[in-house]
Amino acid sequence: MSTNAQDLEKLTSGDYKYGFVTDIEADTVPKGLNEAVIRMISQKKNEPEWMTEWRLKAFRMWRKMEEPHWAHVDFPPIDYQDISYYSAPKMKDGPKSLDEVDPELLATYEKLGIPLKEQELLAGVAVDAVFDSVSVATTFKEKLHEMGIIFCSFSEAVQDHPDLVKKYLGSVVPATDNFFAALNSAVFTDGSFVYIPQGVRCPMELSTYFRINSLGTGQFERTLIVAEEGAYVSYLEGCTAPIRDENQLHAAVVELVALDNAEIKYSTVQNWYPGDKDGKGGIYNFVTKRGKCAGVNSKISWTQVETGSAITWKYPSCILAGDNSVGEFYSVAVTNNRQQADTGTKMIHIGKNTRSTIVSKGISAGYSQNTYRGLVKIGKNADGARNFSQCDSMLMGDKCGAHTFPYIENHNSTAQMEHEATTSKIGEDQIFYCNQRGISTEDAVNMIVNGFCKEVFRELPMEFAVEAQKLLGISLEGSVG
Amino acid sequence: MLEIRNLHARVEGKEILKGVDLTVNAGEIHAIMGPNGSGKSTLAGVLAGRELYEVTDGEVIYKGRNLLDLSPEERACEGVFLAFQYPIEIPGVSNTYFLKAALNAVRKYRGLAELDAVDFLALVKEKMQLVEMKHELLNRPVNEGFSGGEKKRNEILQMAVLNPTLGILDETDSGLDIDALRIVANGVNKLRSTENATVVVTHYQRLLNYIIPDFVHVLVDGRIVKSGDKDLAFHLEEHGYDWARELHDPAEQEA
Ligand SMILES: Nc1ncnc2c1ncn2[C@@H]1O[C@H](COP(=O)(O)OP(=O)(O)OP(=O)(O)O)[C@@H](O)[C@H]1O
Ligand SMILES: [Mg+2]
Repeated sequence: MSTNAQDLEKLTSGDYKYGFVTDIEADTVPKGLNEAVIRMISQKKNEPEWMTEWRLKAFRMWRKMEEPHWAHVDFPPIDYQDISYYSAPKMKDGPKSLDEVDPELLATYEKLGIPLKEQELLAGVAVDAVFDSVSVATTFKEKLHEMGIIFCSFSEAVQDHPDLVKKYLGSVVPATDNFFAALNSAVFTDGSFVYIPQGVRCPMELSTYFRINSLGTGQFERTLIVAEEGAYVSYLEGCTAPIRDENQLHAAVVELVALDNAEIKYSTVQNWYPGDKDGKGGIYNFVTKRGKCAGVNSKISWTQVETGSAITWKYPSCILAGDNSVGEFYSVAVTNNRQQADTGTKMIHIGKNTRSTIVSKGISAGYSQNTYRGLVKIGKNADGARNFSQCDSMLMGDKCGAHTFPYIENHNSTAQMEHEATTSKIGEDQIFYCNQRGISTEDAVNMIVNGFCKEVFRELPMEFAVEAQKLLGISLEGSVG
Repeated sequence: MLEIRNLHARVEGKEILKGVDLTVNAGEIHAIMGPNGSGKSTLAGVLAGRELYEVTDGEVIYKGRNLLDLSPEERACEGVFLAFQYPIEIPGVSNTYFLKAALNAVRKYRGLAELDAVDFLALVKEKMQLVEMKHELLNRPVNEGFSGGEKKRNEILQMAVLNPTLGILDETDSGLDIDALRIVANGVNKLRSTENATVVVTHYQRLLNYIIPDFVHVLVDGRIVKSGDKDLAFHLEEHGYDWARELHDPAEQEA
C-alpha cells in the first residue's frame, strides 16, 4: 500500500476522543418494563389520565411486536428488561470545571467555535451558574410568545396545551407504527413541542439549543411540530458538538404536521458517540421521523447530517396527502470504524401533483457499513406525481461498504420518476492532485468530501452548514490534527 | 536548480526509469521528447512525489536540498509545479475555491499572509487573461465537465497563480487547437524569468516553435539517450525515434 493510502487509512481510523464515562447519581426507576413502570413514569411527570392510557395502549401493542431485523445492521440482542426507563441524571463526579475536561474534547469545541458557557454545558460540567445563559433563550421566548408561537418541552405541552397534543400526537406516527415507535410511545420522557399559528412565519430558526432547560439527548425523545395554514418554521435538532450520553439505546419519534400552504423545514446534525474502534460502547439510534403534508401546497423538508452513533436506523419520511404538496429529503451519512448506518426516506405520494426530491450522500470509511434505503410510493390517485432521487456513495479505503436499496411502488401511470445513483472512491489521484498544488492530505480529504456533500449542505441553515462542514472533517480526520 | 543523477524508478515492481541524468538551471527551458511509454510521465511524477513510483536508486537535488525527502505538498510549496497530462476532476469543489486553497497553502508555507477573497480574485482575473480562459470556468467544479483543452488551460492558470520555480508541463500541448496552443505557450513564455525554469514534455516539435527550449532531451526506455538544442526536435520530427533507440542498444551497452 502506498503511503497515500496509508495516510487515508490513518486519517479515518482515529479514535473518537470524546466519549468517556462518569458516575452519575440518578433519580431512577428500577430496571425493567411493565405497566407499573409506565404508570410510574406518567405519575412522575404528573400527566393526565388520557396520556397515561395512551402510553399503556402503546405498551400493550409493543409487547406483541418483534424487534425488526430487516435493516443492514448487526447488533447483539437488546435486553429491554435490563434498561431503566426513567432517570433524571445528577452529576456526582462530573468535571468541576473545564480544566478537568478532556483537552481533546475542548479542542473539538474550540474548532467548532462553541462559546465557553456552552462548552461547560456540553461537557457536563457540574456548575449551577451554567444556567445564567438562559437569558438569551428567554428573550427569544418572549418574542415567540407575542406571535402566538408555542415552543416548549413536550411535558409542558401536555400540561399547558392538552387539546393540541391530544389532537396531533400519534396522528402521523401512530403509537403502534413500528417496534421502536411503540416503545417510545410507551416510555417517552420528554422532547419538544412547536405550534405555529395560522399565517405566522416563525422569524428565527427554532432549536433545542435555546430550550436550554431540556438540553441533552433524551433516551426516548418525542417531538411534535404543527404548522397551521400558511405557517412557516425552520427547526434545528441536535448540535455539531459531540454530546456525552450514558444511554446506549435511543429511540426517538418526531412527528410533523403541515396544513394548507404551510412549510416545515427540519434540519438535524447528529454526532453521538459512535463507540470505540471496535464499535464498543456506541449509541444505538433507532428513530422514527415522519411528516405529513396534510394540506394543499404544503411542504416538508428534512435535511440531516449524521456522523455519530454506532448504529443508525432512521428514515425521515413524508406523507404527501395534500394536492401539490412537496416532500424533500437531503441527507449526509458518514460512517467510520465499525459504525453502521441504515438510513433513507419514504415518500408516500397520495395527493395529485405531489412532488418529492431525495438527495442522499453516504460516506463510508474504516470498516463501516453505510446503507441507503428508500421507498417512493405513488398511490393510485396521485395523478401527475413526480420524484427525483439521487443516491451517491463515497468509499474511503477498501474495507468499508456502501449499499443502496431504492424501492419503488407505483400505482399510477402518470407518475414520473427519475433515479440516479453513483459510487465513487476518494481517489489517490485526487489527493495527489491537491498535494501537488500545496494542499495537505487532511485538507484535501476535507475538501473532496465537502464537495461531495455540497447539494445537502446547501439546504442547511447557513451557520449550521458551516459547522457541519467542519464536523465532517473532524469525523474523518481522527488522529491527524 | 535541479540536478537529477542516475535516477531509477519502478512502478508496480517494473523498472521504468533506468538511470536518468539531467541538470536544469534557473532561467532555462528544457524539452523532453520520447516515444509512448518511455517514462516521461513517470519522470514528471517522480519529481512531483507521486507515491505510485518507487525510487530505487539515484538522487534529485533541488535548490540544494534532497527533493526526494520532501512530501508532495512540501515540494509544491517549494515551487515545484506539475501540469498534469490528465488533469484530475474534483466534483463539487469550485475551481476558485480550490485555487485559493492552493495559493494560501503555499503562501502560508512561505510565511506570507493569506490572500483575502478580494485580492485573490484580482490576481486570478489578471492571470486568466494570460490564458484567455472563460470566466464561467472559475465557478465550475475543478475540471469536471471541462473539455480537454479547457483542462489544459486550467493547469496553466493554476501555474500562473502559483508562480512556481520549477514548472513541469506534461504534454500540455496535446489536445489543444492551434489557437489554444499559441495562447498556452504565450502564457508559459510570459511566466518565464531568470529565477525559474520549465521542463516541457511533448511529442510535437510544433510546440517548440512557440516555447523555444534551450535544450532538448530524448528519453527512450527510461534513459536520456540524446541531448541537444532545438534542432534536435526537428531531427526527431523528420526521422522518428528509431535512430534514437539504436543509441542505447542493450547489447551494445553490455559489451
Ligand atoms: N500505474 C502503473 N501501473 C503499471 N504500469 C505503469 C503505471 N504507470 C505507468 N506504467 C508504465 O510505465 C511505462 C512508462 O509510462 P509513462 O506514463 O511514464 O510513459 P510516457 O513516456 O509518459 O508515455 P506517453 O507518451 O504515452 O505519455 C509504461 O509502460 C506504462 O505502461
Ligand atoms: Mg506521459
